[in-house]
Amino acid sequence: MDLNYSEEELAFRDEVREFLASELPSSLAEKVKSGKRLVKEDMESWHAIMNKRGWLAESWPVEYGGTGWNAIQQQIFDDESCAAGAPRTVPFGLKMLAPVLMKYGSEGQKRTYLPRILDGSDWWCQGYSEPGAGSDLASLKTKAVRDGDHYVVNGQKTWTTLGQYANMIFCLVRTSNEGKRQEGISFLLIDMKTPGITVRPIVLLEGSREVNEVFFDDVRVPVENLVGEENKGWTYAKYLLTHERTNIANVGANKVSLAHLKYIAENQKVRGRPLIEDPIFAARLAQIEMDLDAMATTNLRLLSSPDSVANAGPMSSMLKIKGTEIRQALNDLTRRALGPYAMPFVSEALETGYNEEPIGPDYAAPVSQEYFNNRKITIYGGSNEIQRSIITKMMMGL
Amino acid sequence: MDFNHTEDRIMLKDMVARFIADNYGLEERNKIAASAEGFSRDVWGQFAELGLIGALFSEEDGGFGGAGFDIAILFEELGRGLVVEPFVASGILGGTMLSMLGNDSQKALIADIIAGTHTVALAHGEPTSHYDLSHVETSAVPDGEGWIVNGSKAVVLNGDSADSLIVTARVSGNTWDEDGLSAFLLPATTEGLEIRGYPTIDGLHACEVSLSNVRLGAETLLGDSGKAYPAIEMATARANVALTSEAIGLMEVCRDMTIEYLQTRKQFGVAIGKFQALQHRMATVLTEIEQARSSVINAAGRLDLDRVEREKAVSSAKVLAGRIGRLVAEEAIQMHGGIAMTWEYGLAHFAKRLVMIDHQFGDVDYHTARYVSLSRQAA
Repeated sequence: MDLNYSEEELAFRDEVREFLASELPSSLAEKVKSGKRLVKEDMESWHAIMNKRGWLAESWPVEYGGTGWNAIQQQIFDDESCAAGAPRTVPFGLKMLAPVLMKYGSEGQKRTYLPRILDGSDWWCQGYSEPGAGSDLASLKTKAVRDGDHYVVNGQKTWTTLGQYANMIFCLVRTSNEGKRQEGISFLLIDMKTPGITVRPIVLLEGSREVNEVFFDDVRVPVENLVGEENKGWTYAKYLLTHERTNIANVGANKVSLAHLKYIAENQKVRGRPLIEDPIFAARLAQIEMDLDAMATTNLRLLSSPDSVANAGPMSSMLKIKGTEIRQALNDLTRRALGPYAMPFVSEALETGYNEEPIGPDYAAPVSQEYFNNRKITIYGGSNEIQRSIITKMMMGL
Repeated sequence: MDFNHTEDRIMLKDMVARFIADNYGLEERNKIAASAEGFSRDVWGQFAELGLIGALFSEEDGGFGGAGFDIAILFEELGRGLVVEPFVASGILGGTMLSMLGNDSQKALIADIIAGTHTVALAHGEPTSHYDLSHVETSAVPDGEGWIVNGSKAVVLNGDSADSLIVTARVSGNTWDEDGLSAFLLPATTEGLEIRGYPTIDGLHACEVSLSNVRLGAETLLGDSGKAYPAIEMATARANVALTSEAIGLMEVCRDMTIEYLQTRKQFGVAIGKFQALQHRMATVLTEIEQARSSVINAAGRLDLDRVEREKAVSSAKVLAGRIGRLVAEEAIQMHGGIAMTWEYGLAHFAKRLVMIDHQFGDVDYHTARYVSLSRQAA
C-alpha cells in the first residue's frame, strides 16, 4: 500500500495543471467559483476546449475517442478541474448514455452517436422518471407500440435535467405488459425535434429552472433507435447504475466546497474573532473534513480495486450516500456560517453581468440557494434509501 | 498510489488468521483473559515464534517491519481474534519508547521483547490527566546521580504483568508542559513501586501504579532528561494506528455475525433481514465501516509524514473508529436483540472491546478538539 502519487502520477497532475492554467478561460472559472448560474454556451465552450485536447471523454476507452485514463488519473483530473474552477462536464451523453451504447448499442449507433457526443452535435437528456415512477422506476408507463418501421411513443417523463437544451433524449419505455414489470421495458433514443414532443419547465424550490417535464404524444421513433433488444432495457439501465463508478462521490467538488466554507468561516466574525475559531463551529467543520478525507480514500479504493465489478455495486452505493451526505453537511454549515446574511436572495445576482453592490459579504449570494438546491442530491440518481436497499440486497442477499 | 498490500503482509495476515482459527477460539480467549495475568505466556511465546512481535519493529531494531501498514494488517487480525496478549503495551508502546529514546544497552531489551521473553508497559497516563498527553504531575527530583520519583499512574495497560515499566515523570515546567518530561526504564520489582492490577470490562488487564520515593539510578533514564514528549506522542500515534486497525477487525466480526443473524433469524414468519427498518440500518453500518477502514489506511500511510500531517491523520482515524465503533457495537447488539446480551453468544465480547477502544489514548471528543488544534498549527 502506498498513499503517495508515483512519479508518473505527479507528472500527469502537472500536465493537467498546465492544461487548466492555459485553456480554462478565467471568466468561466470566475463564474464557477462565485456560484453564478452557467448557461448552455458556458458548458458547450468548455466541452469544445476539452474535446480539442482529447480529454472530454475521460472515462471512455481510447478506441471510442476517450482518454483511456486509469481510475487514479481520472480522479487526479477531477480534483484539479474542480480546484481550478472548471465547470463539470454534462454527464448525460458522456457518462450515462455512452457506456450503454458501447456495451449494448449497434455498430451503427456507436458510429453515429459517440462522435456526436464528443463534438457537441448532440446534447442528450435522460428520460427515466415519470410522475408515477420515481424510486419505483420499473412502474413506468410511457408506452412504445411498434407500427411498421417505427415505435409510436405516448406518455410523460419528468425531472428531465437540462432538457431545455437537449436535442436528443434516451428513454425507458414500456413495450410489453407481459411477465415481470422489469421485462417489458425498452431503451429508445429519441430526437427531441420529432413532432409530438413538448418540453415544459419545472421551477424548483429556490426558483431555478434546470428540470423539465417532457410529454410524448404519438411520437414516431424509427426502430433502428432501439438500443439492444426489445424488452431488455431494464438490464441496460441497471448496467449504467452499477458501472457508474468514477466520481460518484464527487470528491473534487466536495473538497472545493470545504475550502470555500473555510474561507467564509475565516472571514465571518463573531465578537471580532473569525468564526472558524469558535470551538463548536470548528468541531463541526473538523468532523466533516475528517469524513471527507476518509471518503476520498474510500473512493480511490473502489476505483483501484481489482475485483471492480463485484465491488462496484455496494461500494458505488456507499459512496453515493457518503458523498451526498457530506455535500449536504457542507452546504448546511456554509449557510449557517453566514448568519442573517443567509437570508437575502437577489436571484439576478447569480446571473453573469450583474454589477450591483452585493448585499452583505460578496460570497453570500449563492449560499442558501445552493443549500436548498442540493437537497436534490440525496433524492436523485436512486434516492439514498434506494441505495441502502441495494447495499443490503447485494451484501446480504435479502 | 497503490491500495494493495504487499505479498509479505498478506502472508503475515494469513498466518495470524490461521493461528487464531486453530488455537484461539472465543472460549480459549475468554479462559486466557480470565487468568491471573490476563494473557498467556505460552501463547505469547508462540506469537513471538511466528514473528508477530518482530513485525512491529524495523530491521534496524532487529525486527522485520515496523511500518504503519505492518501494524495495521497485524492488528486487524488480532482484532478479529480478540487477542489479549500485550502487543500494544509491550510491542508498540514499550517498543517505540525504547527504539526512540534508548541507548545501546537499553535497546538490547528490544531483542527480548521480540522474543517474547520480556514484557514492558508504559506508565504514562495519570488519575486526572484524562487523555491529555502532556499532563504529568508525577515528579522526578534529582538525587545524586539519579532521581527520586513520586506520583501516580492510571490504567496502565498490562502493567500488572510487565517485567519492566517505562515511567514518565516531570523534571521541570508546569503540569501541562510538553517540555520537561523524562522517561525511565525500571524493573517492575523496583522498591517503592506499588502496582494494583485488575481486569478491564473488555477482557484486558491494566493496573494503577503508585510511586512513593522511588529511587532511580542514572542508568534508568531513557534519552535526554526532559525531552521524552516527542517519543510519547509517537508511541501513542503508533498505538492509535494499532487500536483503530484492531477496531476494523472487531467491526467486521460484528458485521458478519449480524448479517448472518439477519439472514437466519425468523420472526413474523420471515428472516428479520427482510424488514427494511433493519436493512437500512445495516446499510448505514456497512457504509460507515468502509469509512473507518479508509481513515485507518490514511493514518497508517501517513505515519512517516511530518508531525502535523501524521497526527491529524491519527486523530482523524481515532475519531472515525470511535464514532463508527460505537455505532457498529450498538447496532449489532440492537439488531440481534436479546441473544446479543448473553455472555455465551459471543458478539458482546467484540462489542465491549470495540466500545472500550474509544477510551484508550483519546476518545472522539478529545481527538476532534486535537484535530482542530493541529489544523490551526498547520495554517
